[in-house]
Amino acid sequence: MLLKAAYNQMLLIRYFEESIERLFLEGRVMGTAHTCIGQEAVSVGVATALQPQDAMTTTHRGHGHFLARGAEPAKAMAELFGKSIGYSKGRGGSQMMMAPEMGFYGSNGITGGSIPFATGIALDASIRKTDRVSACMFGDGASNQGVFHETLNMAALWKLPVLYIVENNGYAMSTSTDQGLANPCIADRAKAYNIPGVTINGNDFEEVYNCVQQYAEAARQGEGPALIECMTYRLSGHSRGDPRVYRTREEEQEAWKRDPVKTMEKQLLERKVLTAAQIEEVQQKTTAIIDKAIITCENAPPASAAEFQNSLFAE
Amino acid sequence: MRNITFTQIIRETLEAELTRDETIFLMGEDIGVYGGPFGASRGLLEKFGSERIRDTPISEQAITGIAIGAAVAGQRPIIEIMFMDFITLAVDQMVNMAAKLHPIYGQNCPLVLRTTPGAGRGYGATHSQSLERIFCGIPGIKIAAPSNARDGSALLQTAIRDNNPVLFLEHKLLYPMRFEVDDKLPEPTPFGYAKITREGEDLTIIAWSYMSVLALQAAAKLSNDDIEAEVIDLRTLAPLDIDTIIESVKSTGRVMIIEEGPLTGGFAGEIAAQITEQAFEYLDYPVKRLAGDDLPIPSAKSLELNCIPSVATITKAASDLALAD
Repeated sequence: MLLKAAYNQMLLIRYFEESIERLFLEGRVMGTAHTCIGQEAVSVGVATALQPQDAMTTTHRGHGHFLARGAEPAKAMAELFGKSIGYSKGRGGSQMMMAPEMGFYGSNGITGGSIPFATGIALDASIRKTDRVSACMFGDGASNQGVFHETLNMAALWKLPVLYIVENNGYAMSTSTDQGLANPCIADRAKAYNIPGVTINGNDFEEVYNCVQQYAEAARQGEGPALIECMTYRLSGHSRGDPRVYRTREEEQEAWKRDPVKTMEKQLLERKVLTAAQIEEVQQKTTAIIDKAIITCENAPPASAAEFQNSLFAE
Repeated sequence: MRNITFTQIIRETLEAELTRDETIFLMGEDIGVYGGPFGASRGLLEKFGSERIRDTPISEQAITGIAIGAAVAGQRPIIEIMFMDFITLAVDQMVNMAAKLHPIYGQNCPLVLRTTPGAGRGYGATHSQSLERIFCGIPGIKIAAPSNARDGSALLQTAIRDNNPVLFLEHKLLYPMRFEVDDKLPEPTPFGYAKITREGEDLTIIAWSYMSVLALQAAAKLSNDDIEAEVIDLRTLAPLDIDTIIESVKSTGRVMIIEEGPLTGGFAGEIAAQITEQAFEYLDYPVKRLAGDDLPIPSAKSLELNCIPSVATITKAASDLALAD
């Protein structure tokens, strides 16, 4: 059941992201977006390992995290359509959505910007002595920001219930990790803060799920933070319009052989969780969900300018 | 009535608020055992414990970002950035996260960032700046800049109870100053209401924070020469009480704005623009700005005091403006 549910979610993310790329090409959505094609197993592995009361923060590449946490596809997609039904009422766009009621605390579009934010949520959990764990998602690029180091040090000092989950997808926009990391192993940085650091296969749902569950439980027991490096690959470009001049098509073809969605389908068949016909059925259902979301977005009213003008401050 | 320092009333206000609401906590560098570099949190660690009076490493960006996360999750953090110059390290979190939380995501961010602007103690170019201008053009952040003990307490209470990020300026020269205040702490004062601290008909002088102290001293000297200045202490820069400014300018026809930070690109320029837009026809003479020099703040006393407005330069400039044809 776990695998089947995970497959449903991974496919939903894959189709969501593919539809976003298509909608951009067709000129039907605005702004920018960063898709996570190839990284679905991380999103779903982490989200499946969390409890309902837990928190998750994300990055500029956050659709997958949000959908895995339970976002309604139409309300997330509506941010790209600039529609009022969006999670941020159309004000946020692709990178700025938040839904605390489902334990999702979003991103602010600044690389590394959510690292202290997630840690503050963990500080609140620590003060109120709830059993909430905060899952902080970020990329290899963000691990080079100063705030990563400042924050991990403080979280380790205070033993806060927060997991730092880095999706090492090989590229910070166009800069490869070869060019951006003096030590290619990001998990090694955990040693500097005296916390556990592990590197795992981020394209394998079960490996991510098991690892995150283990460290989430430890954090819940008061053992403090951990740094989990998920090795993956961004099969899509950085954002729309990325000509991908910084890598070869051959490299991409090799990476497609490790496609987490295909890997999952293979596992489902081998373990006889699903038949080929059942997989096809999931694909059709998922296509229908995405198609319906697009129609919902196109029919929704535009974001309200008058309401936004009066929104600057809280009461 | 009693006679106490600005430091004392800030400390008492923090203590009262921490007692009133247990979701409030303090976080910053050297605020616990040391009691804060100016003593504003002395004794609070002993009373409230290290969970609520949190000493941190020297990590301004993380302190600020962690406080913002805690605020959204339901706490009411008060953070201290030791010198306002260090706020440059926290600007990203304030500008890109705190200021966006309500208008973009619909979330409350009840956060107070206390910090100490100002020159006059010979601390040099990176411990003396008045950098509120960085935040004046960022929608979503409120800015309070009291000039006396009563307002310091009343505005700090308002800042702490507000559900938005507030930048709270405690000028370092105010801390040792003594003020006559009630035995009881004042009630919170709503933001966006300037105070006319002296009435006069010859010209209007606008200031905030420590410059309001100097403006009043200058106004007393001007009165000896039969020049009656109306002094407006802004108290908050965001929201700005432009109505009180315009009303005063309409009656005096002459206005000078004092700012401790450098002349170019300062908040005085914004106030001047608003006056020109709204009351140009009432002006007898062009709006005057008196601000710091367009230079870094040097350390030597003889250099430092020469770079920023003083009672003497305010008195001279105000007199010239009042008497100009």
